[in-house]
Amino acid sequence: MLQIKNLHANIDDKEILKGINLEVKAGEVHAIMGPNGSGKTTLSSVIAGREDYIVTEGSITLGDENLLDMKPEERSHKGVFMSFQYPVAIPGVTVTNFIKTAINAKRKSEGKEDIPAAELLKMIREKAKLLGLKSSFLSRSLNDGFSGGEKKRNEIFQMAMLAPKLAILDETDSGLDIDALKTVAEGVNKLKSKDNAVIVITHYQRLLDYIVPDYVHVLSDGKIIKTGGKELALELEAKGYEWI
Amino acid sequence: MKNKLIASFLAFENQISTETDTDFHKIRSRAMQAFEKKGFPTKKDENWKYTSLKKILKNDYTLFPDLPKNELELKEVSNYFLKGIDSYKIVFVDGVYNPYLSETTHDGFDVCLLSSAIKKTKYQIVLNHYFNTIVSDKDSFSQLNTAFASEGAFIHIYKNKIVEKPIQIVYFTTDTGKDCMLQPRNLIIVDENSQVKIVERHQSLSAKKVFTNAVTEIFANQRAHIDYYKIQNDEEDASLIDSTYVQQKKQSQVTMHTYSFGGALTRNNLFFYQKGPHCNTILNGITLIDKEQHVDNQTNVYHQSPDCESHELYKGIYDDKATGVFNGKVIVDQIAQKTDAFQQNDSILLSDESAINSKPQLEIFADDVACSHGCTIGQLDSNALFYMRQRGIPKKEAKALLLFAFTNELVDRIRIPALKELITNIVSQKLGVELGMDL
Repeated sequence: MLQIKNLHANIDDKEILKGINLEVKAGEVHAIMGPNGSGKTTLSSVIAGREDYIVTEGSITLGDENLLDMKPEERSHKGVFMSFQYPVAIPGVTVTNFIKTAINAKRKSEGKEDIPAAELLKMIREKAKLLGLKSSFLSRSLNDGFSGGEKKRNEIFQMAMLAPKLAILDETDSGLDIDALKTVAEGVNKLKSKDNAVIVITHYQRLLDYIVPDYVHVLSDGKIIKTGGKELALELEAKGYEWI
Repeated sequence: MKNKLIASFLAFENQISTETDTDFHKIRSRAMQAFEKKGFPTKKDENWKYTSLKKILKNDYTLFPDLPKNELELKEVSNYFLKGIDSYKIVFVDGVYNPYLSETTHDGFDVCLLSSAIKKTKYQIVLNHYFNTIVSDKDSFSQLNTAFASEGAFIHIYKNKIVEKPIQIVYFTTDTGKDCMLQPRNLIIVDENSQVKIVERHQSLSAKKVFTNAVTEIFANQRAHIDYYKIQNDEEDASLIDSTYVQQKKQSQVTMHTYSFGGALTRNNLFFYQKGPHCNTILNGITLIDKEQHVDNQTNVYHQSPDCESHELYKGIYDDKATGVFNGKVIVDQIAQKTDAFQQNDSILLSDESAINSKPQLEIFADDVACSHGCTIGQLDSNALFYMRQRGIPKKEAKALLLFAFTNELVDRIRIPALKELITNIVSQKLGVELGMDL
């Protein structure tokens, strides 16, 4: 599904990614771990299309399509979703209105009409229930005054609504207590299927107790230096990154 | 233009009966003399440094437009009123009161016309006590308005009244065949313990040039609460100089919301005089303009009593060649100890040619006060833009949503739901945001 070949990327003329190779197939969960500054957030931002990063070499394809040619919104329409470490607050725009805008933008790109209100409502109710979100939450302004846990749950709610092919969870565990972490992980697990894939980017192993990866990659200084199964995460937790 | 105004004054004085309003005659004549002496301000005046009047004053305005040929139908103008709620309305068309569109009252309080109040003896004491008592004699536009003052809204809320329905004051201008100048004058008195919400709007309905020089005097007596909203969303050839003077007695609260969404030139002069302890003054402003529009907000808050507060928040979005001015003056007298004055002006410039001149001016003569001011000028947050685009929202729409969010803090402060809806609609339409249903 996702193919990354020899990816090099810069920000402000400084090379952060120095030749990443990664293949993610449908139905798989990949974890990318690594110390601070290793390039984890850069990798997710480059996949999602953040324009501050310049790709100097290599390719990223989703299915048959070259993602590097696309704007961030186009990548989103093609099924790339990235959950943010620090989601942005938009006062005056409710959670519902925001997701409606996002869904209709995607439908427009596919030449479809706006989603009928009844259909949207039904879907919102279903997904909210799945994540244990109250209806009062949905009429609040997006991320405005949300707690850390609420922000992350809202991210997973949007993921559920947009049903992406590829979901990248960037440090989704940061700032979460164990209960919130469990809820978020359960949400992700419920959304997992044989047709989509998940990349979990994390500094710590604890999220991987709940979202169990098929592969664990260790990123260091802009390169993947080791790949293994889920047991690699435990080993890293015990021995630290120095060990590699 | 100045000479024409002076010549017209005599004709105007002859036109209205001088017998019944000798006091008014004196006030008008004095004001005319003051205007004659001072003339129109120029960019050499410190308060007019960033606003040029050349463009609007070179025009030949008629001061006494012919009566409109066609009566306005309600359906033609219903969009300019608050929808779905009961309200009192004082409506003028080309400076002339329109009874058909209005809904006035004398039941428990007065919502009526200044001209009729002037003619009736029972209002004489009130008028003598309040009319033209707080208008600055240094402001030549206000003096000019006083000289020609004959029509406008008169609102008197007696003590211990909570007026549930909002009051709308609307000035329409139509195509009378000529460019015209209007000088409406409003007088609003709210007595002890009373509360009222007022919405004022100036709206041109034609492509003719209109120049409105409006003056409003507002008196908030003890513990009165006034919520006042100014909607300025006019045609491209309409200009407005609006001077509003507010006197507050102890424990009164006045909130002034100024929404400047369009017009060739808009100048808002706000003067607040706190004449008793524990007054609260709140000024909210949104400016949202493009093309070559210009909006100049001048706020003057005179803290003249101890333990009072003032809070100002003005936000502006400027596109194309639009320009803005924010000049926030806070004067704290020596007697005004424990004053709490806060002022903030945030602007977003969307183009290279748009500009904002923001100037706080604090003159503090008391030593035990908390006064602060802040000012930001910026572009949109790239992080937030990326977040929205990642969710599939195209850049243009994402920008619009962010701008909408920027103004929302102020829109949220509107206490009339129908007005909040109206302003939300204007803002989202201006920004190109579609916010249809809220589920």
